[in-house]
Amino acid sequence: MVSAYMSDEAKKTRWEHFPHQADVGIRGLGSTREQAFEQAAVALTAVITSPEKVEPEQKVQISCSGIDSELLLVDWLNGLLYEMATRKMLFSRFEVRIERNNLNAAAWGQKMDVSKHCPVVEVKAATYTALSVRQDENGTWIAQCIVDV
Amino acid sequence: MEPKTLKKRSDYEWVVEPFGKMRVPAIIYADEGLIKAMDEKVYEQATNVAGLPGIVKASYVMPDGHWGYGFPIGGVAAFDPDKGGIVSAGGVGFDIACGVRTVSTGLTIDDVEPVKKTLAELLVRKIPAGLGSRGKLHLNMKQMDEMLAGGARWAVDRGYGTQQDLLRIEEQGSAPGADPAQVSDHAKKRQQDEVGTLGSGNHYMEIQQIVEIYDNDIAKAFGISQGEIAVSIHCGSRGLGHQIATEFLKKMTAAAAGYGIVLPERDLACAPINSPVGRQYLGAMRAGINCALANRQVLMHLLREAFAAVLPKAELKLLYDVSHNTCREETHPVNGKQKRLFVHRKGATRAFGPGDQSLPAELRGIGQPVLIGGTMGTASYILVGTAESMSLAFGSSCHGAGRNMSRTQAKRQWQGRDIVRDLANRGILIRSRSYRGVAEEAPGAYKDVSQVVEVAHKANLSRKVAKLVPLVCIKG
Repeated sequence: MVSAYMSDEAKKTRWEHFPHQADVGIRGLGSTREQAFEQAAVALTAVITSPEKVEPEQKVQISCSGIDSELLLVDWLNGLLYEMATRKMLFSRFEVRIERNNLNAAAWGQKMDVSKHCPVVEVKAATYTALSVRQDENGTWIAQCIVDV
Repeated sequence: MEPKTLKKRSDYEWVVEPFGKMRVPAIIYADEGLIKAMDEKVYEQATNVAGLPGIVKASYVMPDGHWGYGFPIGGVAAFDPDKGGIVSAGGVGFDIACGVRTVSTGLTIDDVEPVKKTLAELLVRKIPAGLGSRGKLHLNMKQMDEMLAGGARWAVDRGYGTQQDLLRIEEQGSAPGADPAQVSDHAKKRQQDEVGTLGSGNHYMEIQQIVEIYDNDIAKAFGISQGEIAVSIHCGSRGLGHQIATEFLKKMTAAAAGYGIVLPERDLACAPINSPVGRQYLGAMRAGINCALANRQVLMHLLREAFAAVLPKAELKLLYDVSHNTCREETHPVNGKQKRLFVHRKGATRAFGPGDQSLPAELRGIGQPVLIGGTMGTASYILVGTAESMSLAFGSSCHGAGRNMSRTQAKRQWQGRDIVRDLANRGILIRSRSYRGVAEEAPGAYKDVSQVVEVAHKANLSRKVAKLVPLVCIKG
């Protein structure tokens, strides 16, 4: 389980953005595939607002399945975007379980408040561009893709 | 891109002859400067598109071409349904029928300057913009289906605008063949609160001044004049369009192998036009087009209300509404025969020339207005479609300049507050809920649209008619 509030000492586990000409690349890293997916979700939130500003007050369940890990990542992120759009919420804390290529997750967040969260931009969708779910030579899991804003 | 990797057919036409899996050449319309500035992915994506089944004539790239999702942005490709031609969700994009509409006002700078701030504040209050904003209309599912079937026509029937407006919208404001039943409940749910909202990112509503006229006769026919104030709206199909694209990209990726299609990139996900998935997508995509048209129609209505409150003498007439992310069924001559083709324009604008029957009567002798958006700090342009354009790229032109810097870099380079202040010093009022958003949209983060427009003009894709500069820019 991972939270935006976790200190930087949990070193392997983190998120980052990487550049793309028109939009934004999001990347999650962790010691497990699940952690990388959780961090990718934090990176997604960070495109919109500072994750620290989002209180994990309300829990939402999300499930999806994909043919492989990579399509699963895109489904996971797009599932989050759907919940964000329809519930008018932002999320900062995630707990992901993946079995084969079935994902069951909980996302914690709160209703979006424009004055508090100052959303920068709306994310339209997670894309298949620069899509990758893999382990690097240290065994760190990396989950990334470009999101269209 | 290195010009030497391309065959130069003329100063503005660069070709990649078919090799490998390509069925047709790739043709890039640009000058040498723009070619050099184009990223390498354009070459890869344009040549990938050239390998798709049923593609006709060539895989085209407009002067503003850059790295996209499967298709290059600024990509144009037409497919023949009788030759196993495909339709691609990636060839239309995540913002189905994102586009621009421009209205003339009959006002001058002297009318607007004294009330510029008042107008800006009123538009901020009236126009829902940015993430989390809610439209004034909340549709139930039945109304949603009516909107998806009717598009701008639906909006006019509900009192948002006039029948006259519809004549100035592509396909008279309503895409034929829209099938709301192919749009998922998820997509409709996402749209329920978003009808008549502006969105965010590079979307905007902008009050502009026409500062230069390049063709007096065409400007007169368009009903615009030097010094006149105009307003442009740039936005698309909102959450519904994004959801349709997401869902069909997934469906098409899964179905591709079954149709014998090998996808060089997953984002190029496509299906034969004559297949269940292909037909479902066309029905849904056309509903998405209608969603965008209804959206811009409602926004224009709110804009008219704002002007009526501040400057009652203003008469806001719709010049034209163009969409730049679509796949449309059109008839074009191929080897001397009229063929029904499915033309994808991804970040490219239709630019039909004089004589085209789809144009309203008063524009038929002139050609279609082509509206090219700029940045909040530079300029936008109005062009006109040409007869030559029909044979160059199925009657298409560019749509904007494209970025030359990532959002992450732009945020590091600029402070939103500074940009707003600097533009205000130049007389341009920016209104946005997010300073970080403004930084990401900094004028410096975009390529020079003037150069793109100049090349489109010289390549005969469309011809320059007018240049507009921003006065007030509302962003989400």
